[in-house]
Amino acid sequence: MAEVKNNLNKGVELKGAKKEDIMSPWKIVRHRLRRNKLAMAGLYILLFMIVVSVFGPIVQKYVFGITMEKIDLYNISAPPSLKHPLGTDEVGRDILTRLMYGGRISLTVGIVAVSISVVIGSIIGGISGYYGGVVDGIIMRFVDIFMCFPFFPLLLMLAAVLSDYKVDPKYRIYFVMVIIGILSWTGLARIVRGQILSLREQEFMQAAEALGLRDRRKIFRHLLPNTFASIIVSATLGIGSAILSESALSYLGLGVTPPYPSWGQMVQVATDYYVMKYEYWKWIPPGVCIFLTVMAINLFGDGLRDALDPKLKR
Amino acid sequence: MIPVLIGVSIIIFLIFQAAPGDALTGMMDPKMSYETKQKIRKQLHLDEPAIVQYKYWVQNVIRGDFGESFYFKQPVGRVMNTYIWNSFYLSLASFILSVLIAIPIGVISATRQYSFIDYFFTVFALIGISMPSFFFGLLLIKWFAVDINLFPVSGMMTPGSTAVGFEKFKDVLYHMVLPLTVLTLGSVAGLMRYTRSSMLEVIRQDYIRTARAKGLREKVVIYKHALRNALIPVVTIFGMWLPGLFSGAMITEAIFNWPGIGPIELLAVNNRDYPLLMGINMLLAFLTLLGNLIADVTYAIVDPRIRLK
Repeated sequence: MAEVKNNLNKGVELKGAKKEDIMSPWKIVRHRLRRNKLAMAGLYILLFMIVVSVFGPIVQKYVFGITMEKIDLYNISAPPSLKHPLGTDEVGRDILTRLMYGGRISLTVGIVAVSISVVIGSIIGGISGYYGGVVDGIIMRFVDIFMCFPFFPLLLMLAAVLSDYKVDPKYRIYFVMVIIGILSWTGLARIVRGQILSLREQEFMQAAEALGLRDRRKIFRHLLPNTFASIIVSATLGIGSAILSESALSYLGLGVTPPYPSWGQMVQVATDYYVMKYEYWKWIPPGVCIFLTVMAINLFGDGLRDALDPKLKR
Repeated sequence: MIPVLIGVSIIIFLIFQAAPGDALTGMMDPKMSYETKQKIRKQLHLDEPAIVQYKYWVQNVIRGDFGESFYFKQPVGRVMNTYIWNSFYLSLASFILSVLIAIPIGVISATRQYSFIDYFFTVFALIGISMPSFFFGLLLIKWFAVDINLFPVSGMMTPGSTAVGFEKFKDVLYHMVLPLTVLTLGSVAGLMRYTRSSMLEVIRQDYIRTARAKGLREKVVIYKHALRNALIPVVTIFGMWLPGLFSGAMITEAIFNWPGIGPIELLAVNNRDYPLLMGINMLLAFLTLLGNLIADVTYAIVDPRIRLK
């Protein structure tokens, strides 16, 4: 263990010594990104959503004294006003505040679910690509099996099983993150595997071999970092689709459940004809939030892909 | 293909084993005595270990018997057969429409890369991908069905309608407009971007320059020489759409109350109708595999270079 740690430290030092070389590709990427207006617009929208979701509830609580649960009995189902900029819902809770909390939950679900799928996907893809042969064959068949499942029906079924076990809404959010993460690692695993298959034939891997490095070190410190560009692009875009899955699931009442708000769940009230026709403030803002956030993520992810693509030299 | 199918069946079976309760919970009268319950359990092999139960289930599935749906009190096969075709019509219409819209747009975007029109369609495609289908569906219902009453809110036919032949077709088409819009927006976006990037790659190749150099008109160069090769990867994704054609878009169908497989599956989830769920999922997994196979075969047909390997 001590030896490993020592090696790790050495790695860090080496990296530090050649700081300029390592930084420069990222500078190019940042430069390219800045020139892409659509991507920057996406980034700003996303940052706005994150900042409002993280700090908005605090401001609401300590400045205006409004929390997620606070009921305003004099304003039930009230349209937007100065006191409630986006109106109130059917029990008199402030919609704007609930949107902010919903944003916290939806964004967290997206980020955590994707982190899970990135960890699983890159480990499995890395192992499969590095060892090749029989190991690769078995793992890829397993990936095939996973890919064969209709994603959404399976998600629904697992969520329904959760409901059967009467999981507390507080923990249910975490289960939803885990389920989405576990169901969406296959695409990334395939991408990583494909890249590692070709990377391991390159000369620097012969050098790694000659140094007598362990497999684990070769995979995690020499091969996987080289696939970082694809991982980061697919993770960014993955957050968008995870948020979409969560919102659809919550819309159907199988994702995040009350009292915790989520954007998808807030749109659910529109199934009521009266709400749909007259009380637009209850369901259009959360829908727009989902759309804007996912759109921003996709714009940024797309720009990132272009910026990270070494073939594209514009 | 077969090992994958076996793996899929094992996982589907395990998920249902993990669900609390068994086939009997949803099926039987709660007032039934314990003895009768045990007797029926024995008849259905529910008292035996999971492996044995799996064996029985697979034997039945191979014979095409998915068991009986708790909710519909009918064989699962018959329930699926009733609803799956409604999904198929809707998805097929959306498929044809998306191909007709997406491929020309993709080609135009690629030939005028970085022009205003290219950016316009890129943003349009991103909107299509980012729009949650349930929200878009609800918006369309509000705007076109509730507010101005132009299209029906839901369903597939006017209730109580006895129309046949062309009248019936017109009625279904009229009900189809809104769900079709939602479905098509999503798939046009993906297909268009796919066509665009594939076309961009082809346009840069030498033979296209040759075609231009020998004086062919730009239209012939693009639509005859370039498009053919650009469509090779696009054709293969048609195969992958096969399961989508039957599984329908669950949420879109549910929102418009289109009597397809989507709402049925939701109903099955909410009522814990396990045999029906297992049946639908097995069918979809099978179609996915079949779709991949078709994609591989078509790839070999349209691209002779693949066959040589």
